[in-house]
Amino acid sequence: MDFSFSEEQTLLKESVSDFVKSDYAFSDRAAVLESEEGFSRKNLKTFADLDWNSIPFSEEDGGFGGTAVELMAVMEEFGKGLVVEPYFSSVILAGSFLRKAANSSQKEIHIPKIIDGSKIYAAAFSELQSRYDLYDVKTSATKEGAEYSLNGEKIFVLGGYAADTLIVSARTSGKPRDLEGVSLFIVAADTAGISKENFSTVDGFKAANLKFENVKVSAGNLLGEEGKGLAILEDVAAEAIIALGAEAVGALEILYRKTVEYSKIRVQFNQPIGKFQSLQMIMSEMFIEHVQVKSMLYMAVMKFDAGEDVQKSISAFKVQLGKAIKFIGQNAIQLHGGIGMTDELDVSHYFKRVTMIGVMFGDESYHLDRYVRLSC
Amino acid sequence: MDAKYSDEELKFRDEIRQFFEQELPETLKSKIEKGEPLYKEDQVLWQKTLAKKGWAGINWPVEYGGTGWTLMQKAIYFEEQAQHDVPGLIPFGLSMVAPVIMAFGNEEQKSRFLPDILNSNVWWCQGYSEPGAGSDLASLKTTAVRDGDHFIVNGQKTWTTLAQHADWIFCLVRTDPHVKKQVGISFLLIDMKSPGIDIRPIKMMDGSNEVNEVYFDNVKVPAKNLIGEENKGWTYAKYLLTHERSGISAVASSKRTLEKIKALAVSTPAGDATMMEDSAFRKKLAEVEIELIALEYTDLRILSEVSTGKAPGPESSVLKIKGTEIQQKLTELRMDLASYSGFIFHDPVGDNNEEALYLRGQGIDLAAQVYFNVRKTTIYGGSNEIQKGIIAKAVLGL
Ligand SMILES: Cc1cc2nc3c(=O)[nH]c(=O)nc-3n(C[C@H](O)[C@H](O)[C@H](O)COP(=O)(O)OP(=O)(O)OC[C@H]3O[C@@H](n4cnc5c(N)ncnc54)[C@H](O)[C@@H]3O)c2cc1C
Repeated sequence: MDFSFSEEQTLLKESVSDFVKSDYAFSDRAAVLESEEGFSRKNLKTFADLDWNSIPFSEEDGGFGGTAVELMAVMEEFGKGLVVEPYFSSVILAGSFLRKAANSSQKEIHIPKIIDGSKIYAAAFSELQSRYDLYDVKTSATKEGAEYSLNGEKIFVLGGYAADTLIVSARTSGKPRDLEGVSLFIVAADTAGISKENFSTVDGFKAANLKFENVKVSAGNLLGEEGKGLAILEDVAAEAIIALGAEAVGALEILYRKTVEYSKIRVQFNQPIGKFQSLQMIMSEMFIEHVQVKSMLYMAVMKFDAGEDVQKSISAFKVQLGKAIKFIGQNAIQLHGGIGMTDELDVSHYFKRVTMIGVMFGDESYHLDRYVRLSC
Repeated sequence: MDAKYSDEELKFRDEIRQFFEQELPETLKSKIEKGEPLYKEDQVLWQKTLAKKGWAGINWPVEYGGTGWTLMQKAIYFEEQAQHDVPGLIPFGLSMVAPVIMAFGNEEQKSRFLPDILNSNVWWCQGYSEPGAGSDLASLKTTAVRDGDHFIVNGQKTWTTLAQHADWIFCLVRTDPHVKKQVGISFLLIDMKSPGIDIRPIKMMDGSNEVNEVYFDNVKVPAKNLIGEENKGWTYAKYLLTHERSGISAVASSKRTLEKIKALAVSTPAGDATMMEDSAFRKKLAEVEIELIALEYTDLRILSEVSTGKAPGPESSVLKIKGTEIQQKLTELRMDLASYSGFIFHDPVGDNNEEALYLRGQGIDLAAQVYFNVRKTTIYGGSNEIQKGIIAKAVLGL
């Protein structure tokens, strides 16, 4: 048994951590959020230059051949800095579809563009009615000769705002909630018939709702086997939960640490508020929740890499994470008092980000339910 | 024991219903139905409508133009107000400074300030908190130095809700720095148009601007604006805290919110069914509902004790703690229903920079922002930790 990072993994973690510390001050980030695109192209280039984009891709695809451990290492550090660049949505999430389902010619076309950072990818898999069910797909893809025609709407496409290329789930057969009949497509974002509604999410990221009207996609852009997309979607979602979960674990660490620090300097009733035992107990519990959720992250990462009980472990992790997000997040704000409610202090930004991650790919109730089902 | 309304109370309830149904101005009605934000002019219009009927001073005695209602009547009023989605009145003038003026102000102050508060001609804000004085309010540093028939005020207040809309601010200021901190504080009314006052908005995490910093730089305040005696301000402020606390539990509005959440659950698809049929959601909903029933009866119990003459004691801390916890839980339920769609950011500041008074959300829009916003309820009005401290000391004798 070994819970430590290899030397290489440690170096990777340190290089991400260094970037966050030196190039990602809270004020720099705020300026980036204010910009038109809501992220920095310069930072994206840095990620490519430092070779972080290649991490999840296999060596034969031109990547680094990283495991979930490397993903965790990068994302946890990104979480500590609240990095807003579309790394997760493009490199990890959209990239994951390509890694898991693309044929060799598709890989050759797309993966180099992700690795060199020249193009931004995004995945469109949620619909208004679908909540967190990946198979709940109404968007249709109708085969017409050598093409498919896509019709429907996708919501909350992370990074969809700036994406050049989309991975889209659409139904090629069956009823809206059938497990069979979901297919995946690679679609250029500027294809005729796609309309975009851009928006900011509450945590300051950019996303888009997309509408597809008779969007023509060549059969060569079908990703994986027709009608067999669900298994891929679930596999991708599992990895996405690990990545986002690691980000949240990093952000939660900052939240409890900043709360402890603040309690040492905030004086009320002639003493630092950290001297009040009732607050000490709360902060101890915040610490405990962080220890527990970090353990759960390691568990999920190891199960994922070993291919054991993956879905059940992922749901267990997401439940634990949901609890930690509420407890640590809410108390971080509470213990800061009024100042914790402000936009000016970074604490509220961490709180908003972890709250967002809490619902992504299924909230706590959803995964508790799923855990029960998978346990039967 | 009997928790039913008497015939007389039922008649009273019907009168209120009828008034709300007939007199709520159309402009407000449509905004409320559409879940649109309310602006200052909306609040003013509604308060004036109520004032005409004699119902603006809900907590006020008859001699000052108030309703003189019993606690039970007020409870019925708040229940109907919530059920009809009628906006509550902004509290700073009506239920914060007015009771202090009534109890400790002189006749000149009463006639100068009270009618304009009742008729919403003049808006007030509360200048208590400072950067260094939050929970420990008595450590406040803003000074007021006597200079002939004026005070010269210097310092800073913060978290001042709606200061940007206020005409006047009631402040706790330090008039004697040489004594124990509680006995060197005075209660001063200050015109917001006085030279030397600077208001700076604070942007909150939900994007709204409910609160502000208010700076005082050699602000000249006529001595006739001092309430009661110099250095007795702490007593007056405490009077306010133990005085009228009806509505502090927010039971009526939480019940209404719960109903809306149920309706929303029924119309929110989840797979082949709706969220109302989702067992995990239903259980969470039921747990909040049960807490709320308990609080409703706690509220009624305290109400009936106070009605029989007992002063509202530290039990009101129970209402504050549980009431705010439930309000927060309700925002979590709405977020659960909303899923992704509740996380789209809506800027509460409009295109022309016009700004709604409070963040309001209907349906699933703003679900996450309202969740963020309502974190405030356990922080302000005496944080929940402070309230628990009060129970420990004043009730349990620890
Ligand atoms: C949205 C909003 C609106 C507001 N509106 C107004 C307004 O209009 N006018 C006004 O004057 N003020 C207003 N306030 C200020 C509010 O009253 C203060 O925020 C509150 O008193 C807490 O003070 P603080 O923020 O300085 O936190 P602090 O007092 O610094 O508290 C920080 C944390 O320490 C805890 N703590 C402090 N002392 C103890 C103790 N002895 N034991 C255990 N725990 C303790 C608190 O519970 C809190 O969790 C508003 C605040 C907010 C958030």
